[in-house]
Amino acid sequence: MASTLDVNGRSYNVNSAPDTPLLWVLRDELGLTGTKYGCGIAQCGACTVLADGQAVRSCQFPMSAVGAAKITTIEGLGGTHPLQAAWVKLDVPQCGYCQSGQIMSAVALLATTPKPDDAAITAAMDGNICRCGAYQRIRAAIKDAAAQPAQPQPAKA
Amino acid sequence: MNQLLNRRGFLTVSATLAGGALLVGCTPAQQMGLISLGAEEDFGPFGPFLKFAKDGAVTVISKHIEFGQGNHAGLAAIAAEELDADWTRVTVEQAAANTKVYGNTLVGGAQGTGGSSAIANSWMQLRNAGAAARAMFIGAAAKSWDVPAGEITLANGVLAHASGKTAGFGDLLAEAAMVPPPAAPKLKDPKTFTLIGTDRVRRKDSVAKSTGVARYTQDVRLPGMLTAMVAHAPRFGAKVASFDDAAAKKVPGVVAVYKIPTGVAVVANSTWAAKSGRDALKVTWDEAKAEKRSSATIAQQYRDLASGKTSGPEKNGWASFDSKGEAAKAAGGANALEVDYDFPYLAHATMEPMNCVAIVKGNSAHLLFGSQFPTLDQINTAGIVKNLPGTIKIDTLFAGGSFGRRANFQSDYVTECVHIAKKVGKGTPVKLVWTREDDMRAGYYRPMVHHAIRVTTDADGMPATWRHRVVSQSIMKGAPALAGPKPKFDSSAVEGAEGSPYLKATPVVDGQVISPDAGVPVLWWRSVGATHTAYVMEHTIDQLARRAGKDPVDYRRALFTKAKADRHLAVLNLAAEKAGWGAPAPAGWTRGVAVHESFGSVVAQVAEVKLENGVPKVGRVVTAIDCGIAISPDQIASQMEGGICYGLSAAMFGAITLTDGLVDQGNFDGYRVLRNSEAPTVETYILRSANPPSGVGEPGTPVIGPAVANAILAITGKPTLNLPMVKG
Repeated sequence: MASTLDVNGRSYNVNSAPDTPLLWVLRDELGLTGTKYGCGIAQCGACTVLADGQAVRSCQFPMSAVGAAKITTIEGLGGTHPLQAAWVKLDVPQCGYCQSGQIMSAVALLATTPKPDDAAITAAMDGNICRCGAYQRIRAAIKDAAAQPAQPQPAKA
Repeated sequence: MNQLLNRRGFLTVSATLAGGALLVGCTPAQQMGLISLGAEEDFGPFGPFLKFAKDGAVTVISKHIEFGQGNHAGLAAIAAEELDADWTRVTVEQAAANTKVYGNTLVGGAQGTGGSSAIANSWMQLRNAGAAARAMFIGAAAKSWDVPAGEITLANGVLAHASGKTAGFGDLLAEAAMVPPPAAPKLKDPKTFTLIGTDRVRRKDSVAKSTGVARYTQDVRLPGMLTAMVAHAPRFGAKVASFDDAAAKKVPGVVAVYKIPTGVAVVANSTWAAKSGRDALKVTWDEAKAEKRSSATIAQQYRDLASGKTSGPEKNGWASFDSKGEAAKAAGGANALEVDYDFPYLAHATMEPMNCVAIVKGNSAHLLFGSQFPTLDQINTAGIVKNLPGTIKIDTLFAGGSFGRRANFQSDYVTECVHIAKKVGKGTPVKLVWTREDDMRAGYYRPMVHHAIRVTTDADGMPATWRHRVVSQSIMKGAPALAGPKPKFDSSAVEGAEGSPYLKATPVVDGQVISPDAGVPVLWWRSVGATHTAYVMEHTIDQLARRAGKDPVDYRRALFTKAKADRHLAVLNLAAEKAGWGAPAPAGWTRGVAVHESFGSVVAQVAEVKLENGVPKVGRVVTAIDCGIAISPDQIASQMEGGICYGLSAAMFGAITLTDGLVDQGNFDGYRVLRNSEAPTVETYILRSANPPSGVGEPGTPVIGPAVANAILAITGKPTLNLPMVKG
């Protein structure tokens, strides 16, 4: 039973069963493997994507609930987003596995709070676990991106 | 280092695994040959560690996996330094499995990454590789330009001569390939390094890891690939009694169901179908040999062993790891400090749960995954497909963390995947996916450990006698018997207590360890024995200093001086100075200090801590490290930051518990880990050193727990003896 998904500004016909979490549709059916599986119960944030600009945990977001929402994944940022530039500038990643989710949570944060203070950053990022402990650099990179003259925008959906 | 070799003496281990009795009497070289048989050995003119492209780009081959520790950048920088390459044109490529060429000299010659040894064991190897290639290019230029080699300069990837001639590596590639590599290439004086030790040595994978294109095992997609999930026994040691797969086979996308040694595997054409199929399985388990005890029961057994209450035969397994003076005097006494510590099982809880891709066709096997110890994985796979280890092809990918988990003597998740791929056969790629729950309940934990300490002091309050008892399962269980005399005890259970400068400075010492068996698989976990010994030694020292009415830093200085522990003293002084020890801490904060040596490096940390509703909050952490010559100061800082978070997470929250043999935790809701708002801000200071590089990935981890406990001791006057600090 085919349905349609809007991902990174492109329309996809997908065949996964309706109860399939968006995470596995993205990864297995669309081949967008930048979004990671970490826990399956919305505890770690590795699977974070944007749905109409809001950060959502795609592991707990069944395809049947996506509807017409415009989905943005790490691939949709295009590699030039100020947050991605800051991540590279500060060498934030260690193992890197959680970083797609970290960056997507940060994109959602800056979209609503362009100049977040420390409390706003940790509040927005507390749902994203990093077992390598890159937290300090994540905080610094968000501040670095927020300080850039061109304000980051959520990627075009 | 002896401890490391002893603990991870993989050369003999590997050989034993590979052929057992067949190899008795073989020389190590012969053993390696048998293990490596079939491995490709033609690496081109510049050897197995360097490749040059026609456009002059340089590729450094890393024999070590990159799972976060930043070693790829460091390894590349070592070769690039001696080569005088343009760092911006250097990339890193992961080596294939090949024990003979890519063995790790610090883990007995097996190819593997562990013991924080990647940089240390590659140091001379990659310097020589870079210097040899440099000489070859200079020789080629000298010949092409018909000038003396001594007149040619090479800097930043450009060869030049006073006559105005210049060339890049690409221009002289064919000519350089014809120059015989020097047997003993001339190495730089480290004082003349221009890349190593600078902030230019940065990660090479940050772009890939910030854009979602870095490829992990989980991301492997191959034509015709199937995905497998396995129903595992709920208790360690149980086996499949029977199963009903009727419902599982009706799940759309499920291709097949197999009984394998570790459970029942569901193979499907997508991850979700595999999971749905597995959820529909009905399995009954034979638990005759299963571990059914609770962790609380095991912990009580440990305490009874240490306190001498145990009357059964298991009490006879004690072995001495340190003995000095009249041991009887170390029994304690009326004024002794008597403290007992309890440490729980810990899961590694890597962000990427264990997984593997295997392709089996007949007797051949090709694996793609984050292999931490390719040699072990080759050997264990070879046993299943009935072939020689060297024929097993492994493509090592990035791993989403390991902290030790991806290496074990059984290659647990690897062999599970190989068994499934063998059932599927026909060269069909199979990706084994573990859910978070599979991963967390699979064991291979940091062992539960009990320490019992009795210390008496002299008139100055310094330790006079030290009695130390350690009870821990051995992580070496399951290791094939090593050649030579069997070790009297598992040194990894006591490393850090054994060899401690505090014990060196104590006149009478009686240290003993016992390793009772349990059905719970245990394993090394980032910083191994130091995960508990550093805590015990450092927290005990602060309690002794407090009893003596002395400042904890001054107390340590006296002991380090007595023990001639100059490196400990140096990092302690550096951390204390940078942290402002002696001056008042910021209002509301209290400082705690700890120092520990592991993997050849010494780390001191000063943590600023406060209690919020009884829960520790860690703000600023100042850390000083002596890790020999610093290759990448930025990545050393990164490892200190990360190691501190990993250690703090365990100290504050980490605990795997069992109830009647069932693991209580399955996911991050039950196994709490450190989050961003709980992560301190770390300042790293690197001690200047002319010594060869030593470990960085692990040594920062074990120091933070006791530093925080010591701050809490200063706040409350009470020690923290039972981890984790935050219960429930």
